[in-house]
Amino acid sequence: MSTDPAVPATNPPLRSKSPIRLISNFLYRHSCLATALLLLLPMLWLVVIYLGSLGTMMLQSFYTYNRNTAQIIEEFSLEAYKEAFTDPNLSPPNKDAIKRTVRMAAAVTIAAAILAFPLAYYMARYAGPKMKGALYLGVMLPLWSSYLVRVYAWKLILAKDGVMTWFLEKLGLMPVLDWLLDIEGIGGNSLSTSYIGVFLVFLYVWMPYMVLPINAALERVPKSLTEASSDLGARPWYTFLRVILPLSFPGVVAGSIFTFSLTLGDYIIPSVIGTSSYFLGTLVFTHRGTVGNWPLAAVLTLVPVVIMMVYLSVAKRLGAFDAL
Amino acid sequence: MRSNNLAFLRNPFAQRAGRSPLFLKVATFAALLFLHFPIGIIVLYAFTTEERTYKFPPPGLTTEWFKVAYERQDFWDALILSVKVAAASSGIALVLGTLCAAGVYRSRFFGKDVISLLVVLPIALPGIVTAIALRSAVRTIHIEYGFLTIVIGHATFCIVIVYNNVIARFRRTAHSQIEASMDLGASVFQTFRFVVLPHIASALLAGGMLAFALSFDEIVVTNFTAGDDQTTLPIWIYTQLFRPRDRPVTNVAAVFVITVTFIPILLAYRMTREAEH
Repeated sequence: MSTDPAVPATNPPLRSKSPIRLISNFLYRHSCLATALLLLLPMLWLVVIYLGSLGTMMLQSFYTYNRNTAQIIEEFSLEAYKEAFTDPNLSPPNKDAIKRTVRMAAAVTIAAAILAFPLAYYMARYAGPKMKGALYLGVMLPLWSSYLVRVYAWKLILAKDGVMTWFLEKLGLMPVLDWLLDIEGIGGNSLSTSYIGVFLVFLYVWMPYMVLPINAALERVPKSLTEASSDLGARPWYTFLRVILPLSFPGVVAGSIFTFSLTLGDYIIPSVIGTSSYFLGTLVFTHRGTVGNWPLAAVLTLVPVVIMMVYLSVAKRLGAFDAL
Repeated sequence: MRSNNLAFLRNPFAQRAGRSPLFLKVATFAALLFLHFPIGIIVLYAFTTEERTYKFPPPGLTTEWFKVAYERQDFWDALILSVKVAAASSGIALVLGTLCAAGVYRSRFFGKDVISLLVVLPIALPGIVTAIALRSAVRTIHIEYGFLTIVIGHATFCIVIVYNNVIARFRRTAHSQIEASMDLGASVFQTFRFVVLPHIASALLAGGMLAFALSFDEIVVTNFTAGDDQTTLPIWIYTQLFRPRDRPVTNVAAVFVITVTFIPILLAYRMTREAEH
């Protein structure tokens, strides 16, 4: 610090010995220490509370649940893992639920990308500044507004005498709906108790998470590249396929992290809308709620963690983290 | 107007800016309609005279359900608890998120990526994971489920919201201003109070409000961290969903929640936008 005589006298004296000043100077000189102090509290919170909780959960997956006494035996064993994945009675429904959930997450992710891309593209390429703001808000509002209420809205829409049926009747499309509901694996009794219904609600709830990363990636495509492409004679459609799409793909992958992970870990939507068959989330919810089988619940919760870890490492290779 | 005239400078399809393909317009409109139509439906159903089914179109419109809902004490209790929880957890998130953003912004060491990953983790991992993890920890150390456990859970995943907002602002801050302040003799604390704080104030407010909205609305984790007698508004609505008799009241509560969450979102949006321009 310089002692410039030009500094007005009203400023605090530079070399006072007040304790605040001493601490202040000390921190300024030891900037590493200052950084460490800043990070201390948030890191303590996240490491102790969050990582600590994850660790506890992991630990519990190695305990055993005694079905006869409904007690948890706190000794290291792989019993819960065996039970979850190899037990002839218990493992088939578990495996089914995992498959069903992963398939649903994949379907939701792909549909969200298809639906979100044109919107993000229009926002990035054609919308004027005002329009862009309006569209951005149009995506942000549903994203941040009440998740539960938006799920509930679909209960109203998909109900047997609800909005969707009314529209389809007016359009004379009821036979199509009946045909769809009859298909094994995606159908069900009615829209609100079918996989199609669950899929629509997942898509609706997580779609905004796809729009924003794609939009950010598209905004970052340098215009010089698209100009070069068209200067070299490429048709707009060709430029889109060969230049814009590959460059914005990391954005799609970034968005897919959200849609995939959120679908994987949700138990509200399948319990409010949908068939009685289990998704990973509802399965875990049941194991911990009604039965109290903590070790098994912990093992099953580790499944989405592992899936997400694989997913994230693939996403990282595809450059998704730079697009976030 | 000037910005409109200059828009072509930013648009790679300058000569085509005016004519976006019809297909694109239709797809954009359809996506937006898909996002907003259900919210309209919620509003419509709050006024329906039909109280047993989800019949559409509603046979008639009435405002009497608002009065019925207004008189429901359990609704107000849930609302008050949710506001308290959201205030406490966004408060904690504000402090921790800002500290974390400041620390990460200042540091250039290798652990930086690890820290940003750790901050995002609570919302990046599937909701059920955070929920079960917190529940098993609470169970293990035998704390009682209640207000405290809800707030701890919420604050954990709200940190990232504040962190993202504040660090984005820090990145646009010229570090020279802080150095200038220190060179002119301000202490670390004075620099924070008079230079840093005014600069990040709107980012703090925006982050705080979004964290509030997130906490106010959270159910996936709350279901696992709340005690039996702790009914937050989302838990209240969730149980309402399985009570067909109460449908009209649920509809009104849904509209109320949507309105209440829109306000902080719109304000936060305006604040971050103003700061950018």
